[in-house]
Amino acid sequence: MKGRTTRGARWAALGLIVAALCVVAAGCGGGDDDGDGGVSTAVEGLGTSLEEIQSLAREEGEVNVVQWAGYAQLTDEFTAATGCAVNTKDGASSDDMISLIQTGAYDGVSASGNASVRLMATGEVAPIDTDLVPNYADVQEGIKNQDYNSLDGQPYGVPHGRGPNYLMFRNDIVPEDTDSWSIIWEDDGLQEYAGKISIYDDSIFIADAAVYLKATQPDLGIDSPYQLNEEQFDAAVALLDKQAAAGLNYWPGDVAKQVAEYTNGDSVVGTTWPYQYVQLTGADPPVPVTAIKPVEGTTGWSDTWMLYSKAENPNCMYLWMNHMISPEAQAAVAEGFGEAPVNLKACELTENTNHCDDYHADDEAWWEDVYYWTTPVEDCGDDDDSTTCKTQEAWEAAWTEIKG
Amino acid sequence: MTTYDDSGLAPSEREGLGRRLSTFFYRHPRVRLWTLLALPVGWLVLVYFGSLFVLLLSSFWDTDSFTSEVVHEFTLENFQRIFEQDVFRNVAWRTIQMAVFVTIADVVLAFPIAYFMARVASPRTRDILVVLILVPLWANYLVKAYAWRTILSEGGVINWALDPFGLHFDGLSTVGLWLVFTYLWLPFMILPIYAGLERIPTSFLEASADLGGRSFTTFARVILPLAFPAIVAGSIFTFCLTLGDYIAPGLITSEQFIGTVIYNIRGEALPTAAAFSLVPIAVVLVYLLVARRLGAFESL
Repeated sequence: MKGRTTRGARWAALGLIVAALCVVAAGCGGGDDDGDGGVSTAVEGLGTSLEEIQSLAREEGEVNVVQWAGYAQLTDEFTAATGCAVNTKDGASSDDMISLIQTGAYDGVSASGNASVRLMATGEVAPIDTDLVPNYADVQEGIKNQDYNSLDGQPYGVPHGRGPNYLMFRNDIVPEDTDSWSIIWEDDGLQEYAGKISIYDDSIFIADAAVYLKATQPDLGIDSPYQLNEEQFDAAVALLDKQAAAGLNYWPGDVAKQVAEYTNGDSVVGTTWPYQYVQLTGADPPVPVTAIKPVEGTTGWSDTWMLYSKAENPNCMYLWMNHMISPEAQAAVAEGFGEAPVNLKACELTENTNHCDDYHADDEAWWEDVYYWTTPVEDCGDDDDSTTCKTQEAWEAAWTEIKG
Repeated sequence: MTTYDDSGLAPSEREGLGRRLSTFFYRHPRVRLWTLLALPVGWLVLVYFGSLFVLLLSSFWDTDSFTSEVVHEFTLENFQRIFEQDVFRNVAWRTIQMAVFVTIADVVLAFPIAYFMARVASPRTRDILVVLILVPLWANYLVKAYAWRTILSEGGVINWALDPFGLHFDGLSTVGLWLVFTYLWLPFMILPIYAGLERIPTSFLEASADLGGRSFTTFARVILPLAFPAIVAGSIFTFCLTLGDYIAPGLITSEQFIGTVIYNIRGEALPTAAAFSLVPIAVVLVYLLVARRLGAFESL
């Protein structure tokens, strides 16, 4: 009998544990119901006028932002003017940024198109009232109200700047007149530089293969490198498989890793952001690298500062958005990261007086073959309803397989 | 308490709350036991097993193909993906192989060092050696991994030394990673073996010699069997640490390992990452069962 009661007690204890765990799981699982989709720019705790925002910001005293490395500029000046201390957290990829924002610990994010579209869809970022962001008036009209920074004509943030993903190579090792992506896609280049090719470690890189295919295999009929049907997608994956077999160095958004590799010569050719190019050429001694937009065009980004819909410090974040598109901050970002400003008043403030021309800030024709990052979706964007395109999920799964 | 003497109450009535509690616990030993254990057991169950349970649970959830948000709908797709896609099998197999090779290399390196410390070195030398082995553990793991990157890279010290002989070593590779892991986990192997060897009484060795055992026979038939549980104990560390690591593989090679795959897909495919993380857990459980059979837990 005694044995039986002990066993009964054990089962009871086990039952209790399971019940407790279910409570935990339910706590983690529930919630997250979206409200109605009405477009109101009201955010809890946000002032309704610029004056009110400024005084509430002094009470908040800080702003926490997720950013691409090197984005936040003139933070001391911002803190002195507004009373908001700036805490930044670098995201390594768009997916990384989304998971960081979802933690709820941040007030805003500098999102690229492949993050911003998803963040707007899930309601994790709030629509903003541009009247409360005075510098918004100075932003280039051509970048306002694009599908990666607005929904149905309602802005969800302020544009930060735009830039291309470059082809970068050590010009003491790779021929200086290289002007085509073929060097990292075709056999000659892959054999010559095997093991020393530097590739961005993210599924969005599949679009870079698509850009090359768009130019070299017109039969595939690729229009947007982010909207790929089965056949186009398979062709891109095949190209990436061939490339991966040659031996690559992946840089997972870890800027320092790539900079060190180019400095040591572990990597001699590959894809990069302008930021690393600026770092390498500005190093002491400068690393002999060249960065170009190849003849096939390239992928790129046009980023947006967005406000987390449940931000703890919405007032500081509003002021931060206004700060980041001020001529001074725009000039500092443009030169610090190596991108084109969206507030052309910055062009008069850059140290290199030709910066805006060098980066084609006002030259729309130059940007025509720069395909800004966006989230791959099922709808191919054409009139034909019978074809579907590969989704983000499929891109992600393929990327894991390509790396093997 | 100033009225203590003239309160006129019986001693038991004069006692405070603390006294009464202690009497209560004295009379109810089971309650005493559980009250003492409540905090640590609560921590273990809720924080430790709770998070493992949530991990297990999330491996059955789905994701939205557009937003990558976790959708709380039951599905077996994640496990299907892991079993059907070659890449997950290959990565798991590659990681297990790496863990095995790292463990073997660490045993080969650690045994002579531990033997020297336990049997040959003077007490003073032994103390110095123990400190020297422990010192690297105080340095941050990340610093060591980055330092190895520099050592192994194109202009690093290894290739600098090989260059005059016209040789070249591709350090940022699987072989390089094997070296890094072997270095990183070596102290975790030396210390258990050292402790195990030290426990072997000298009289055993003398007895073996008296019975005509030559040094090799003594080693193979006395020392090794007695030290074996200690070696298995050390291998638990080297094997498990290699299996779960994701920073060193990401820094040193472009090959994917279990840890790096989980790290890379966790944002977009959290449920699949959760399902995949059950693979090393299962491998480690099997390994621990075997280790227990071999008596490793008595040497920890």
